[in-house]
Amino acid sequence: MTNLLCIDALSVRFAQGGATVAAVEQVSLDVARGECVGIVGESGSGKTQTFLAAMGLLASNAAAEGSVIFDGEELVAAGRARLNRLRGARLAMIFQDPMSALTPHLTIGTQMAEVLVQHAGASWAEARARSASMLTRVGVAEPARRLRQYPHELSGGLRQRVMIGMSLMCGPELVIADEPTTALDVTVQAQIIELLRALREELGMALVLISHDLAVVAGLADRIVVMYAGRIVERAPARQIFQIPRHPYTAELLKCVPSVWGPRRERLPTLAGQPPRPGESPAGCAFAPRCPRAAERCFRERPLLGGGAHPIAAHAAACHFPLPP
Amino acid sequence: MTHDSQADACSAEPLLKVTGLQVNLGERIALQGVTFDLFAGETLGLVGESGSGKSTLARAILRLVRAERGYIGWRGENLLSCDAATLRRVRRDLQMVFQDPLASLDPRMTIGETVAEPLRIFAAHLSAPERTARVAAILERVGLRADMSRRYPHEFSGGQCQRVGIARAMILNPKLLICDEPVSSLDVSIQGQIVNLLLDLQRDAGTALLFISHNLAIVRHVSRRIVVMFAGRLVESAPGDALFGNPAHPYTQALLAAVPALAAAPPFTRVPPPTEAGSRAASSGCAFSARCRYAIPLCETRVPALDQKRPAHWVACHRAGEWIS
Repeated sequence: MTNLLCIDALSVRFAQGGATVAAVEQVSLDVARGECVGIVGESGSGKTQTFLAAMGLLASNAAAEGSVIFDGEELVAAGRARLNRLRGARLAMIFQDPMSALTPHLTIGTQMAEVLVQHAGASWAEARARSASMLTRVGVAEPARRLRQYPHELSGGLRQRVMIGMSLMCGPELVIADEPTTALDVTVQAQIIELLRALREELGMALVLISHDLAVVAGLADRIVVMYAGRIVERAPARQIFQIPRHPYTAELLKCVPSVWGPRRERLPTLAGQPPRPGESPAGCAFAPRCPRAAERCFRERPLLGGGAHPIAAHAAACHFPLPP
Repeated sequence: MTHDSQADACSAEPLLKVTGLQVNLGERIALQGVTFDLFAGETLGLVGESGSGKSTLARAILRLVRAERGYIGWRGENLLSCDAATLRRVRRDLQMVFQDPLASLDPRMTIGETVAEPLRIFAAHLSAPERTARVAAILERVGLRADMSRRYPHEFSGGQCQRVGIARAMILNPKLLICDEPVSSLDVSIQGQIVNLLLDLQRDAGTALLFISHNLAIVRHVSRRIVVMFAGRLVESAPGDALFGNPAHPYTQALLAAVPALAAAPPFTRVPPPTEAGSRAASSGCAFSARCRYAIPLCETRVPALDQKRPAHWVACHRAGEWIS
């Protein structure tokens, strides 16, 4: 497998009232062609900012440092023109809230066709025809009618199908989906996950799936990266991470997910404390104050994310006292 | 207070009795024929997807929206026809916790002022030092510190804001606490803390909970009895074990099949996408019939009644008898 996306020592800092606040620190990860990598973390863990930085979509008060290489091309220092050539065409992003990602005063047809006209130089007529077939492909019935409609006329699930269809218009090699099902009902969520699975099998694009929901990621990802307080704390093949998590944060998080199956519990398992607030940068491991395994060393010395000779297959945890495999 | 709630628990009369409730929102029938009882000290879970009417039901009980017809009884008193003085007395015993903890707090009021507000309205005889003492006690009870009362909402995390919302709701020792998606906007590692806090308070104060959520796993763990709503109607009501072990309504089955789960999960079952008819409270037939794999012609013409099919297990489905007996 060759790496399509290589993120190396990426940091993102926000300027906030004279101070700088780190949102992402020293994140390195690769995405191979055709692979699905799940990025899991809670709010403020840096999972979204990492990929907004990769896409050159950071807010104006944020700056990225480090390197993001997409198919041999450096993106962090790339100018707007070069990014625009890649984005939409070879690199696409799907957002949590399709309503705010779509333009409210343009029809679905115009917005979808625009992608092809802008990025692939297609004619409007050709682009409209391909928009209709794409809608069919992503499971939208009556595509001709939908193309004439405005975003607010569609349900949340339909809007997300449109967003997915739009992201695929130019046949991208990498799709980054940020919480694509979080705003949806559970039955609709299941349909969208099924759709992403089918599209991956058929089109073979690589997919980065960002989610706070371990179970959503479990259903799709080949590999999982867990983030906490702006850093990667664990990365492993998906099956391994759920069965034998090595970082205490991952293990505790897995215990916290209540199951619909299993017996009823009188109390939910919890993870005490809170993640550090943005701007708080503890000297040692950011998880140490909440960690059942923490020792004195954890508060003093930041653990590094180890890794084997084959970074893609490796199961690595940034922990001084990882759980036994 | 304790004496009171014990008396309630012993009597056969429910704390809250809702019968044949209909609520219209503009042209749309948002709730229809909603009937259920809630007993003192009990936790009733209410699940359903967006637009099913869960929040409208909560608002109707609090008389924040007008009921078109039906009956809402509070300890034998009809809330829909009682006078303002009675309603004011009831409001004291009937409190609510909202989904978005930050938005539900007034940004210009200190935490202490927010939590003390119900006391100023309903316990005006208390002196300022008495009020301060009560606020300090409840803040500590919900896991905050008394000295935090001088701070403002923006200084707190989402989980802490939800603790403030719970403190405000619990300071008068209400008999019923309506929780509308109380943990949906919180991170997984924080959700358990808040749910357990609600359960502890319920146990100590004998408060009944109406726990509204789209998260089936959480509802399963907090409630003994669960009702399922679809398109403005109750479609199933059963003890949690029966509902999750033997769901009888095809919609409940679809809902459970759609829940994503961690490794070794049951595979996703494809659920037919909701149609326009499926998202509206249809009066001519079962609202789920358009999506239902078991639908027969009768389902399109007659609304099934919520009937008892097993002890304590009620189902609104013409065909449920075929698989439930």
